[in-house]
Amino acid sequence: MTNRLLPLILTVSVLALTGCFGGEEQWHAKDISGLMPELEFELVGTGGQTVTPKDSAGNIRLLYFGFTSCPDVCPTTLTDLRKAVNQLPPDYRDDVTTLFVSVDPQRDTPERLGSYASFFGDHVVGLTAAEPELRELTKRYRTTFGYDEPDADGNYNVSHSSAVYVFDRSGKARLLLRPGLTTQQVSEDLAHLASESRS
Amino acid sequence: MPDIGFLAPYDFSPLTILSFALVLAGYGYALLHMEPEQRPGSVRIVAFVVGVLLCYGVMQTRFDYYSQYMFFVHRGQHLILHHLGPFLIALSNPLPIFRFWHEQMSPTLRSWLRPVGWVYRILQQPVIAAVLFVGLIYFWLWPPIHFDAMLSRQLYWTMNWSMLLDGLLFWWLMFDPRSPVLTNALGYGKRILILAAVAIPQMILGAWIVFSRGMVYDVYEVCGRAWPMAPETDQLLGGLLTWIPPAMMSVIGILLILRRAMHEDGRIVKPSRLAGENS
Repeated sequence: MTNRLLPLILTVSVLALTGCFGGEEQWHAKDISGLMPELEFELVGTGGQTVTPKDSAGNIRLLYFGFTSCPDVCPTTLTDLRKAVNQLPPDYRDDVTTLFVSVDPQRDTPERLGSYASFFGDHVVGLTAAEPELRELTKRYRTTFGYDEPDADGNYNVSHSSAVYVFDRSGKARLLLRPGLTTQQVSEDLAHLASESRS
Repeated sequence: MPDIGFLAPYDFSPLTILSFALVLAGYGYALLHMEPEQRPGSVRIVAFVVGVLLCYGVMQTRFDYYSQYMFFVHRGQHLILHHLGPFLIALSNPLPIFRFWHEQMSPTLRSWLRPVGWVYRILQQPVIAAVLFVGLIYFWLWPPIHFDAMLSRQLYWTMNWSMLLDGLLFWWLMFDPRSPVLTNALGYGKRILILAAVAIPQMILGAWIVFSRGMVYDVYEVCGRAWPMAPETDQLLGGLLTWIPPAMMSVIGILLILRRAMHEDGRIVKPSRLAGENS
């Protein structure tokens, strides 16, 4: 009996697996609908004011964790995001807000964060908070950050998420932009999302 | 002074804490109230408690934080949840405790619990148990599934609990203390066969992770690591933890079962055969 059972079990499990992966091919980025909680935070803006998702309500929000001393990943990501937003149909360009959350509050003062963020466009908002609040926020989005030992000059590396979390106009987590997507692909996804939730 | 903070749960799960507390309380209560001759010896009690505490430790302490953000720690977590913890719990032979609680149950409760018994018997079919044991490892390590499991809190808990429950079922099937001669417990030959059979796919999977050139599990890259460690090193260590210790546990399991089989050889005879000889 067991000899006949094995192929059956294998077939069922293969069917179950393919069922999990079927469909949902309309996005280039990773679809995270239903996997993550909606956008919620209370952080400090570059002017020292409290910033919450309400300040950018109705916009598509791109949440990205990084730090301004980041040698390559952060500037590249932010540049790519700017390019992708600039490729959007003109109607949508003002509908995308990038939230750059620094996980290095010790070095990233509001002034420093402000000038860094504005370098990457008008719709980039620099945000940070004390470490415990940052820990809570990153935990909510199932990511983390860590610090290396400082070198002789006091410089240290920070490990952080390399992905961008995309929230739709109502604040629902929708997409995860993994490294490796082209500007065109990101732009198409953002346009798709912008058009879908406006109608 | 040791850091007490390490013992606090990273992701507090009341259900997990309650389950572990109930298991330990149920075990302790049974120990105190059961017939002294039924009571397990101290080594068995220690093995049980250590097994339970290990599983609790990787789920509800700071260890869980590192498991979420380091691939190799995650593999260590599953090594404990799916292998080492249940291995110790099954070896400790909690059968007298089960019997004690079974006797305490009212007939109504027993009939209510009957469907659980049916599910249990289906899952303990040797082929199903072996496929489930390896299948779950492959399922949760399937890169797209693994990615989702690490992103979604709900899936993450489902993954860890499914590993723990399946580990308990599997190792209990392997170390069931009842003699296959006298009861319908699985024969020793079949147990050894299963242990060898499940080792091979785990070794293949582990070796594949170790020798993969690219990043197989980029979720740790995407979500940030607990500390800056080269992704290749993380993946290599994680692959080794998937490959070597589980294979070793299979070998240890086989040796333990062989020892028992040799011990019982010729000493336990089916009562029916004795009766047959007398007549």
